[in-house]
Amino acid sequence: MSVETIKPAVQNKGPKEPLFSPGNKKLLKDPLNNSNPITVQVLGICSALAVTVQMKPSIVMALSVVVVTAFSNLAISSIRNIIPDRIRIIVQLVIVAALVILVDQVLKAFFYDVSKQLSVFVGLIITNCIVMGRLEAFAMGNKPWPSFLDGIGNGLGYGLILVVVSAVRELFGSGKLMGFQVVPDFFYKNGYFNNGFTILPPMALIIVGVIIWIQRSKNPKLIESD
Amino acid sequence: MEYINIFVKAVFIENMIFAYFLGMCSYLAISKTVKNAVGLGIAVIFVLAVSVPVCYLLENYVLKAGAMSWLSADFANVDLGFLSFIMYIAIIAAIVQLVEMVVEKFAPALYAALGIFLPLIAVNCSILGGALFMQEREYATLGEATVFAFGSGVGWFIAIVAIAAIREKIRYSNVPAPLKGLGITFIITGLMGIAFMSFMGIEL
Repeated sequence: MSVETIKPAVQNKGPKEPLFSPGNKKLLKDPLNNSNPITVQVLGICSALAVTVQMKPSIVMALSVVVVTAFSNLAISSIRNIIPDRIRIIVQLVIVAALVILVDQVLKAFFYDVSKQLSVFVGLIITNCIVMGRLEAFAMGNKPWPSFLDGIGNGLGYGLILVVVSAVRELFGSGKLMGFQVVPDFFYKNGYFNNGFTILPPMALIIVGVIIWIQRSKNPKLIESD
Repeated sequence: MEYINIFVKAVFIENMIFAYFLGMCSYLAISKTVKNAVGLGIAVIFVLAVSVPVCYLLENYVLKAGAMSWLSADFANVDLGFLSFIMYIAIIAAIVQLVEMVVEKFAPALYAALGIFLPLIAVNCSILGGALFMQEREYATLGEATVFAFGSGVGWFIAIVAIAAIREKIRYSNVPAPLKGLGITFIITGLMGIAFMSFMGIEL
């Protein structure tokens, strides 16, 4: 969890602020690029890498995280003024755990195969640093609606990286996208081979490293000084 | 023999960091110096080795389908499996608190060295991950679960100390600016993961 997560609270000008005011839109859009939870805030890397062998599980995972971050942000933000400061971590964990149990039961009921593939990583959303990080950094100090948007934005930013990484891995690793073959048979007949290396876990790290490289060369403001 | 097998498997082959990426957040954040990395690593070993066996007992005597039949035959059909996440995280948070207090009382030097890392471990994915893997793999005895937990902790320790040592040295190298810090750490971790893959398939 890095220091950069502490964002200044959004100023709400009076009660009549429109639902999608520029400030609120910024909350949604920023995490997709300039404050992406994975590549910039360094949150939630644990699960991001392990579920990205194929696109389908990673999309399901991304949606689950969006749901959990959005609703836990909303819930915590609505009761932020009555949570005693000393036990706030436990309160946050209980709310997050309850939401994750809901998501897990829904996945088990309707997407059993995917839920088997994700194995422990659905449960690990509880300790996913994105959720806790956003609760601490944003929901504890802001109104419910902006917190809800912030949750959706950060969940989507996480999902974006997940989908990009899994698309690269599935395309080069097994020549498919979403389970459908993309690389034509003709290629294989002429000596094209799937790069089995991209399916292995270490490649996920290297792909994320390269994504960070590309993002930071485009946006030099994000380069670490050190 | 079975124990050694589980231990080696947990340390090298199914390493928490290189094979499952668990605990990556603190792994990236606290690996700037070797000293801190050693402190956090020891704390993780400790908490894993204490909390996973407790979760094991809870799983097998309370939560699993029919696990409560030792109370009375009426409970034979009760399945509390869906509660496992919330129970595990509560246990882990409680044990981290407990460990913190015990260490503070009996080993003040270690407590000062670990500092802020102890409470942070409650949200380290590798602890909950260890508990959930224990549940998924259904270890036969308490001993096996403990050895697995200890081995995972040792594997995590090795990984974070190794990357911290590399990061201390890499500060003096000429890394491309956009890759500095986070980017190069990811790529090095990937390369280390490839090295660790050479342990695959070893059976003792």
